[in-house]
Amino acid sequence: MESFFSRYRNALVLIAILLVQVIGLAVQVRRPAPNAADGHGVRLIRSWVVGLVTPPERLLHATGHGIRGFWTNYVDLIHVRQENKNLKSELDRLRLEEDSIAEDARQGKRLQVLLGFQEKYVYKTVAAQVIGTSGTEQSQVLLIDKGSHEGIKPDMAVITPDGIVGKTRDVFRHTSQVLEISDPTSGAGVILEKTRIRGVLRGNSWGQPEIVNVSPDERIERGEAVLTSGGDAIYPRGLAVGSVARVMPDPEGTLVNVLIRPAANLSKLEEVLIITDTGGEMPPQAQQDLSEADQAEQKASDVLAERLPSRMDPNAPPDQQEAPEDDSADEGAARPVKPPQALHPDRYTPADTPPATELVPGQKITDAQSSALNGAGNGVTNAAANGAVAPAKPAVSTSTSTGTAAGTGASTKQASSPKTKPKTASPATQAGVKENPGAKASGKRGAPSETSQPQTPQSPTPKPETSQPQSSQPQSSQPETSQPQAPQPQASARQGGD
Amino acid sequence: MVLMASSRHEVGAKSFPLVIYIVVPLLALGLQSLLSLHFSRFDLIDLPLLVTIYYGITQREPVSATMVGALIGIAQDALTHHALGIFGISKAVIGYMAASLGVRVDTENHGTRLLLTFGFTLAQTAVLWLLQRDMLGQQFAWHWFHEMVRAVANALAAVILFALLDLTRRSDY
Repeated sequence: MESFFSRYRNALVLIAILLVQVIGLAVQVRRPAPNAADGHGVRLIRSWVVGLVTPPERLLHATGHGIRGFWTNYVDLIHVRQENKNLKSELDRLRLEEDSIAEDARQGKRLQVLLGFQEKYVYKTVAAQVIGTSGTEQSQVLLIDKGSHEGIKPDMAVITPDGIVGKTRDVFRHTSQVLEISDPTSGAGVILEKTRIRGVLRGNSWGQPEIVNVSPDERIERGEAVLTSGGDAIYPRGLAVGSVARVMPDPEGTLVNVLIRPAANLSKLEEVLIITDTGGEMPPQAQQDLSEADQAEQKASDVLAERLPSRMDPNAPPDQQEAPEDDSADEGAARPVKPPQALHPDRYTPADTPPATELVPGQKITDAQSSALNGAGNGVTNAAANGAVAPAKPAVSTSTSTGTAAGTGASTKQASSPKTKPKTASPATQAGVKENPGAKASGKRGAPSETSQPQTPQSPTPKPETSQPQSSQPQSSQPETSQPQAPQPQASARQGGD
Repeated sequence: MVLMASSRHEVGAKSFPLVIYIVVPLLALGLQSLLSLHFSRFDLIDLPLLVTIYYGITQREPVSATMVGALIGIAQDALTHHALGIFGISKAVIGYMAASLGVRVDTENHGTRLLLTFGFTLAQTAVLWLLQRDMLGQQFAWHWFHEMVRAVANALAAVILFALLDLTRRSDY
């Protein structure tokens, strides 16, 4: 027996070592889930090896980083000025883009609230440097210089500004392993941006990420962007993953695999971000950006409004300028288009047509009705007939029909805006208001203030309450019905409210 | 026969200072991890495998070569996310084979080293293929062209690395 052991000592030692490792392998792969955490012993061995290997790697990495930083920050500064100029112009362009995207973001947020969708925003990230890899083709794993001491935990998303990289796997005190999306054992829920096809991303045997087991679809085109779907509870929704490189048939079935070109350069990673916290609310920085975008958008709209042709002709005589509507009354409400004022009103003129409730089918409008209309229609048409200039009419007729409300609104604008100051001093306006019986009947507020305010434009007293009915009461050309009914309670209520 | 050992000088075992036994494997693991980060195709080279082969063919002691191979392999496993033992088993086998062949062939010859490393690289891939595909049921693709390129690259790297490591050893006879 002794000679047997001495004779086959080498082979027996080999068999014993292999047997021990095979048993160890069997114990490790017996875990219920393939990606479950390692056992204590295995974790200890990993920790020892990582602790032995990573310090020199950190040292080498820091040395290289320092040399490179010295070179790029103090020596290689050629073309920096031109690059700075380009970056500034790029920043300006991005600000403009941000203005337009901010509105989409708000709309998306509102829709998500409506749908009860819980968006996950990236709240907090930890920057880390990549200090090593697994060194083998079979394992797409990175080593980063942040660990549990810095708040890193397993299964945290690791990203770069370009796109996702992977997720943390084994986390040690000052080091962590990152499983890249190109590893065959990784997995990420993704969605194709245009076709909205969902799938699971994982690496193939060549170390390239691909979406596996996708139903064949002709709409999938090369170059289509791939985003995270958020369904895996690791990667927040909407992060860039890459673009479609090729669609390949699955050798084992009728489905196809979509090969992805990663957005992040997985073969040359130096710094990464680990998402350590996500939340349902937009992070403070993003909210601040959004509010800044709002302000910038407001300024841009002001500039645009000044450049656009206005209804108010600055070159026109003061009495021909149209009173602007008060846009602050109801921003969301659609305003009716007012018909242009007829130069020669007749019975077909909208302002002279009785309301439909008073018309009888088949019966023509008599002259008496028409004259009654004209009489009740106060000085609107009279003023027009007397030579009031057409462009001033809508404002006047509005003020008449709405029972002084609109007229006051116009005067409010005029009082507050020097540009519109002379408008309501037009004879037509004054005539219309003064001769309006409805205005006198509706309330005492309208007539005196309307007529007095334009004449004293220095008065800073605005009456915003009167501007509301103008926008909310589109039937400006029907004085009989609108005066006693709708506008008056509105104006009264608003006045009382104020 | 150039490849066969024909003298006492060629058969004589070489030993290394203890520090070298510890530092060189760790350096191989660290460099492998670091250089693969900056040179994406460096993962074709397997420095821990080359160190295992070198210790095997210079020590000519199958037991110690098996032990060294297993330890280096397990350390390499620890840097991956795989179960510990995959590289440990494969490198233990390679260490044993290298030590067994080192007694019979002239391992001082660069041509011999080139051929041995070429063969051992393919042998390790075969062991890995058996382990991962048939034993663990994992995905493992074998592409002949790729494996040949890898074997050639490792063989060429071995010639340089072995020459450098020769500077650290001392003769025992």
